[in-house]
Amino acid sequence: MNIIEVKNLTKEFDGFKAVDNISFDVEEGEIFGLLGPNGAGKTTTIKMLTTLLTPTSGEGRVCGFDILKERDKVRNSIGIVFQEPALDNRLTGRENLDFHARLYGLDKKTRQKRIEEVLEMVELKDKADIIVRDYSGGMQRRLEIARGLMHYPKVLFLDEPTLGLDAQTRRHIWDYILKLNQREKITIILTTHYMEEADYLCRRMAIIDFGRIVALDTPENLKNILGGDVISVEVEPAEKAFSAFQKIPWAKKVTQHNGVIDLNCEQGEKKIPLLMKIDQKELGFEIKSISLRKPTLEDVFLHFTGKTIREAEASNNEKNKKRMRRRVRK
Amino acid sequence: MNSNNLQTIYVMWLREMKRFFRAKSRVIGTLAMPFFFLFTMGFGFNSGFSLPGISSNINYIDYLVPGIIGMTMLFTSMSAGISVLWDKEFGFLKEIMVAPVSRVAIVLGRIAGGVTTALIQGILILILSLFMGFKITNPLSILLGVVFMILIGIGFIGFGVAIASIMEDTQGFSLIMQFIIFPIFLLSGTFFPITNFPNWLRPFSYIDPLTYGIDGLRGSLIGFSQFSLVLDLTVLVIFSLAMVVLGAWFFNKTEV
Repeated sequence: MNIIEVKNLTKEFDGFKAVDNISFDVEEGEIFGLLGPNGAGKTTTIKMLTTLLTPTSGEGRVCGFDILKERDKVRNSIGIVFQEPALDNRLTGRENLDFHARLYGLDKKTRQKRIEEVLEMVELKDKADIIVRDYSGGMQRRLEIARGLMHYPKVLFLDEPTLGLDAQTRRHIWDYILKLNQREKITIILTTHYMEEADYLCRRMAIIDFGRIVALDTPENLKNILGGDVISVEVEPAEKAFSAFQKIPWAKKVTQHNGVIDLNCEQGEKKIPLLMKIDQKELGFEIKSISLRKPTLEDVFLHFTGKTIREAEASNNEKNKKRMRRRVRK
Repeated sequence: MNSNNLQTIYVMWLREMKRFFRAKSRVIGTLAMPFFFLFTMGFGFNSGFSLPGISSNINYIDYLVPGIIGMTMLFTSMSAGISVLWDKEFGFLKEIMVAPVSRVAIVLGRIAGGVTTALIQGILILILSLFMGFKITNPLSILLGVVFMILIGIGFIGFGVAIASIMEDTQGFSLIMQFIIFPIFLLSGTFFPITNFPNWLRPFSYIDPLTYGIDGLRGSLIGFSQFSLVLDLTVLVIFSLAMVVLGAWFFNKTEV
């Protein structure tokens, strides 16, 4: 059963399409990821699905409820952890949970029982009565996850759940996410621009770039699309080598970015000697280094968007800055 | 209004109370300015001569105290209303906005919380002023005074919520202080009768809702007022209702 259905959803800001006609479904009980660089439209998508933003066009249903016409029903059935902290840092952890529970109309008995349960789940029981201001970043994030679970939501939205956390804390958060997906049987939809996070957590994922979904499948299938191995060749000048490599019959796909050429092929270790037999002097380029690896989601991203996620972010940041300046002037 | 909305109002109020009683330094901070005004102006102008426009059988301190209480209500209410902006800045507003509750109930809850804390501070100033020689002739008059304080509170919190809902961040905060709150305060006749203003300036006092709030406080607490209490009350009721509607309307339109 599909617990989330999105159809042709679009959001424009001042004529700029932040989310451009996207459609996808999320099945009940799965962890679904939206992977893409900053500014790709992930957060905007989440904000529309959680009723914080009104779509310019298109429709969406969450738990069977229309995100435009049945806002309160949608709100009641979802939990959200925002990208930036959204806690009252003058209240204690327990008071934050209590505020939330009251806002969602839980009675006193349920409230008290549930607060203990969720605190247990994120291992914050002994810190519950400390003012949130004194929490570390990881503790705050855990408290927010706990809060998102308070009212027994069917779907939990996590917007960049590990942004700005150190590697060890990130691992911990991942484990909590997997644990509650299994134990609470809750559907989770998360956004991330960390490849390894999407790979580790998601059953299925959509790759988003410039507000559009460019690919949607399980991480394994996405990696299999590339087929076999990736040989990365650092070469100078890249243009000359690129045209030469494109003629190689065993290379399934040849891509070039930042002076590095990637060749997709089967049994890559046997192809490296073949590469070295190419007469570099005659063709006028020089191979600096060669590396071989199994495809990662990074390669998948590169395959579908023509750039690495870091390059995509750099160009998006530039665009966003321009957009911000426009908004300020207005 | 169903029980769900009442619960929302209550939980917003509860949060305000918890934050208020935890932030003692902030409370002392907001009370310091009215207290210093009360202290210096009260002693400075109370030495026998009477200010033009005030009848000579009224002590200046008696004239001043209702003004200072009105000022306290203005500043604490505006800051309670504008706290929406701080919630926006610290992200907590998103937590409130995704909850399945009525936006109007959220605003009403904030107003209820803000009025309570503002009232506590206004009454603290009233108690302090008793030590400075302020005399209350009729204890029942305090009740009427409290009604005026509550109306001033509701009005300016609603106003603050409306402003905070329109603003995107805290950048323009000091502009609001300088160009909205201070003029409202200085034109309201806190320190002297507005009839002392030249003719061209007086209309600004007449459109300042706090003028009627302070006049009403004066009328109820010391029995001296420029307008009739009925007029003061009518203006304030209309003002506060209008501000609640305005605040709720703009708050409803905020996107976070």
